Amino acid sequence: MYHKEKSIQIKNSASALYNNLSVLRIAPRRLTYFTVVHANVVNTVSASWDGLNYSHRQLQSKEPNVATSTSLIMQAAFCVLPSRDLLVVSSQKGIQMYESDGSIMVYWHALDTPEAPTAQAVFARGISAVSDNYICVGVSSGAVLVFDIPSKGSNITLSEVLEEHKEAITDIASECSGSQECLANLVTADDGGNMCVWKSGEEFQLLNKIPGLDITCSSVKLWKGTVLAGFGTGQIRLYEAVTGILHAEVNAHARWIYSLDIAPFSGLLLSAAEDSFVRVWHVSMTPETNSVEIAHLHNECVTDTQICGAKFCDGDGYAFAVTGYDLSEIIQLPSDEPGHSNGKWAAVTGQTWLRTDNIELLENY
Amino acid sequence: MSLRTLPLVFINLGGEMLYILDQRLRAHNTSEDKSEKGVWSESDRRRVLNDIVGTMFSKSFMDELLKPQQLYSHRTMKTVLTRLAHTSIMRLNPASMDRLYELMIMAFKYQVFLCPRPKDLLLISYNHIDTIREFVRDTPVVMNQVDETHRNIIEVYSSLSEGQFQLLRQTLLIFFQDMHIRVSLFLKNQIQNPSGRFVLTTSGPVPYGADVPGLIRTFDLRGREVSRSEFPPGGTYSSLVREGSFDLNGDRVLRLGRNLYRVEHPEETQTSRTPSVQVTGPQLQIQTS
Repeated sequence: MYHKEKSIQIKNSASALYNNLSVLRIAPRRLTYFTVVHANVVNTVSASWDGLNYSHRQLQSKEPNVATSTSLIMQAAFCVLPSRDLLVVSSQKGIQMYESDGSIMVYWHALDTPEAPTAQAVFARGISAVSDNYICVGVSSGAVLVFDIPSKGSNITLSEVLEEHKEAITDIASECSGSQECLANLVTADDGGNMCVWKSGEEFQLLNKIPGLDITCSSVKLWKGTVLAGFGTGQIRLYEAVTGILHAEVNAHARWIYSLDIAPFSGLLLSAAEDSFVRVWHVSMTPETNSVEIAHLHNECVTDTQICGAKFCDGDGYAFAVTGYDLSEIIQLPSDEPGHSNGKWAAVTGQTWLRTDNIELLENY
Repeated sequence: MSLRTLPLVFINLGGEMLYILDQRLRAHNTSEDKSEKGVWSESDRRRVLNDIVGTMFSKSFMDELLKPQQLYSHRTMKTVLTRLAHTSIMRLNPASMDRLYELMIMAFKYQVFLCPRPKDLLLISYNHIDTIREFVRDTPVVMNQVDETHRNIIEVYSSLSEGQFQLLRQTLLIFFQDMHIRVSLFLKNQIQNPSGRFVLTTSGPVPYGADVPGLIRTFDLRGREVSRSEFPPGGTYSSLVREGSFDLNGDRVLRLGRNLYRVEHPEETQTSRTPSVQVTGPQLQIQTS
């Protein structure tokens, strides 16, 4: 269904961190940005769609000595808002927000350091844009910081602090189907597998809490009112967000899941784990019966590699990219052609095969 | 990131160091240039191991490590381990110490990389402690120190959640990042590739408590299972029946952290491009570090 193509080399290898790959597609300029974290450095690559031009940039915290650095970065993610795209970097020191090409830092928020040294690590982790003007970032204390983002400029402010979680936040996701009907538009997950479902606004409203079973939820997505969560036991679970009803449970991987991603237009789901596998699933919903189904479509094994990031490169799931611990490359996997015996992507999504020079179709994204 | 790495790092790296030194001190003199002056006697070997273990597991050293703090840099780590190695009559020249550090690091990297569940880092540490206890069996004072440290470790780490252990593991993986030094023993046992990367097999037991991949279940609104289907997981996995013991004693089940150097071939402590770790005896001049 998918095949490996030429990898993109990055300046450093990827660190073993959850959700360690973010992708931003810039259709008007026929570019895709990728960002991968290595210790205290954020590597960004801008790749042209014709595969001919790559330009690299590194964002680095000031300390040169990695292991004793107090600015180890936990995550870097692109946040797409109607008026602007930002690159948000969360670390042990705090949260930095850059223009999406990494050229200018527009905002910096320092985390509170405790007065007395404690055994609990302090860091920010879990990043997501929500509705039109918010970016949420999680903290090791369990707090979720809500930032109000103006349509331009650096007048970004901390609007609210959500304090429901008691354990370190692992991942945050917003409703990505584009549907305005969903009541809930944000889900936050923590180290104990607990998830909170929210509705954004001037004051965020807690709609539901889905209790965990002391198993870390390392990656979470919210699509058409369904929470898709990946766990340390290798399981994926699908819940109805506002009620917490469990729709489906998959024994998906043999080791800790590090990344989940959903292609919102097709319902394709990507899961990646330390067992060296990336798996592609199809999630479908039947509103009449309120049922959700998940079917397995494809496996991809990256030999001897513990995968730490996997993302679709477009909203249909035509192609995806993968990063692994100690790997200095971003592996690219576009789907096979419809005529190919494994050309399942077109059959599943109902799309004709996207050629990279098919500008009209691509510009819809 | 994690502020709790140091005690486990020293137990495991120190453990690997002791495994290698024990093996080298038992080895007959096979070096080509005969630079090893004489074979070490059994009592000398035991004395060296006792001295190192006694220092490493001393209350003051361990208490210092147990304070919440960031992981040391490689340079600092190597300095402290060199001092530990030299607490006795044995001396290592700088080249040997460099090789020794590489072997220790690659062994621990392998163990952390393959660690099935994050909390199994404790089982790996306890495997090291179990063997260390054997090394100092005849010296009750030192053995008591080892037991006391083991009890402290159990107490401190038993309250950590899996998520916190994973953070600890991720911190260690950053420390080991980009190190791909080839080790003859690992290459021979096919746990490392010629590229220096470790082999990650897609078959074998899943971590204790996890399910074998391959099953999809769906449920109705009342939580009753309505369908089951299977998918090919691409590997051959099995369930792990027994969990290792997290107590002072007991079968750890997990093999990671056990002494791979028990085999009697001295070349096993070679990295593939350099001569073996050479130890020099008490009658030589003290080597400058």
